[in-house]
Amino acid sequence: MVNRLKKFFAGTYLGLMLVFLYAPILILIVFSFNQSKTLGNWTGFTFNWYAQLFSTPEITDALIVTLSVAAISSVVATVLGTLAAIGLHAMKRRDRLLLENISQLPMVNPDLVTGISLMLLFLFVGFRDGYTRLLIAHITFNLPYVIFSVLPKLRQSSDMLYEAALDLGCTPMQAIQKVVIPDIMPGIVSGLIMAFTLSLDDFVISFFAGNGVDNLSMYIYASARRGVNPALSTIIFVPVVTLLLIVNLKSIREERNAELQSRKVDMKR
Amino acid sequence: MKRTDVKKQKSMTGMHIRRSLFAFPYIVWMAVFILSPMLLILYYAFTSEGGATLENIVQAANWDNMRVLLDSVRFALYTTVLCLLLGYPIAYLLSRMKKTTAALLSVFFIVPMWMNFLLRTYAWKVLLGAFTKILYTEAAVLLGMVYNFLPFMILPIYTTLIKLDKSYIEAAADLGANPATTFLRVVLPLSMSGIISGVTMVFIPSTTTFAISQLLGGGKTMLYGDLIYMKFITEQSWNAGSALSIILLVFVLLSMTFMKKAERKTSDEGGGRLW
Repeated sequence: MVNRLKKFFAGTYLGLMLVFLYAPILILIVFSFNQSKTLGNWTGFTFNWYAQLFSTPEITDALIVTLSVAAISSVVATVLGTLAAIGLHAMKRRDRLLLENISQLPMVNPDLVTGISLMLLFLFVGFRDGYTRLLIAHITFNLPYVIFSVLPKLRQSSDMLYEAALDLGCTPMQAIQKVVIPDIMPGIVSGLIMAFTLSLDDFVISFFAGNGVDNLSMYIYASARRGVNPALSTIIFVPVVTLLLIVNLKSIREERNAELQSRKVDMKR
Repeated sequence: MKRTDVKKQKSMTGMHIRRSLFAFPYIVWMAVFILSPMLLILYYAFTSEGGATLENIVQAANWDNMRVLLDSVRFALYTTVLCLLLGYPIAYLLSRMKKTTAALLSVFFIVPMWMNFLLRTYAWKVLLGAFTKILYTEAAVLLGMVYNFLPFMILPIYTTLIKLDKSYIEAAADLGANPATTFLRVVLPLSMSGIISGVTMVFIPSTTTFAISQLLGGGKTMLYGDLIYMKFITEQSWNAGSALSIILLVFVLLSMTFMKKAERKTSDEGGGRLW
């Protein structure tokens, strides 16, 4: 009885917290199908908001900017960062620690300060192109996340592999490409995913470092006062949730299979 | 064995020079886009019309600005405490569930972290405006901050708690501790490292937050981030803005050092108490 009561309270608490976390987004999604302009007043079902979403150039532009900046900056940061990690790993301890510490700056720095420092640099040298400014800013704040997700994998793998490849006649470039990179692939992939999602979500750094070219966050900030099309929340929410659920369900299923497997082995014993 | 070692040493030194070259493009990038912008902030903070001066810092540290900083710290503290009070039970309950259920449920608690924080904050603005009277009050700002930072508290505590060896809890029960004592004397001390990293992940970003207060506070609540924004964007005063940024940076670094120290201390104490 006591146990049941405990379970009931635990479930209720977790449920309430989930409601707290999801209610605002879900309510926006529900009302993105509402004819009325004001929230809380249901006047009928419509797809109008969605039609409007795709015929508002500001929004479609911001969507394209967000996605392309995320894609390009995460790939560039992954390439630069992976090479950097390989290089750092091979350096002398003192040099490596110095560079690692500097690399942590964008992670330690408040976003606000990173954004402003980049803004000052761009203004100082008179560089105006808004899109490139966004790209540079995003690559810069993505780099440490890639480096620090690749470095641990390099530490786990053995230097011998690289040397064996050289002994067997690879050039250093070939050895990196054919031996080292496959070995540290999980680190590279998680760095890439992290960089992509961070870039999708960024507001503060983009706001200061950018110049006239808006990503979605900047668009939402700029139009918060007159109201943002509620359909935007569906467009952002549904893909993210689906993607995360697919990725996680797969790993959960694998885990469960592994568990079942080990149980079977136990029973055979 | 010896011979291969010697050979390894030789080939390593040869390779080290070449392999470390892979970091070269990044080092250039870092110098241009990480170091030089920071140096620019320092430059603007400590110069005025070309001459070196402490004037900017002294002026930025005036009573009005420091009151805004204190206000931000107060908000950040409230946010951190609320996130801890709400988040710890979530992490604890999740960690006591069956592994696969917990894995799935924890995803739902983490997903909001991956969603555009501005859109989520905007959603609250609409919601609070339509259904309550608290929009554009301090309560709304606090709500928005707790909402945005809660997952950052849950995640580190949850990861510490699932790693916690269940036999400690059983041992405590076997030795006669009731559940409350077990929790206070065993589980809580052992999860201290998760609590501290959660507190760090919530407290520091919420001190420097920007935009939440503008969206939900309606400009009535001025936080330190808004102050820096005002100096740079509205007043175009780079020297004053840079000086404020430097003060913020020093504050953040100090609190991080403090947290690191606390973490080291608790990990010692946790071990001490247990044995």
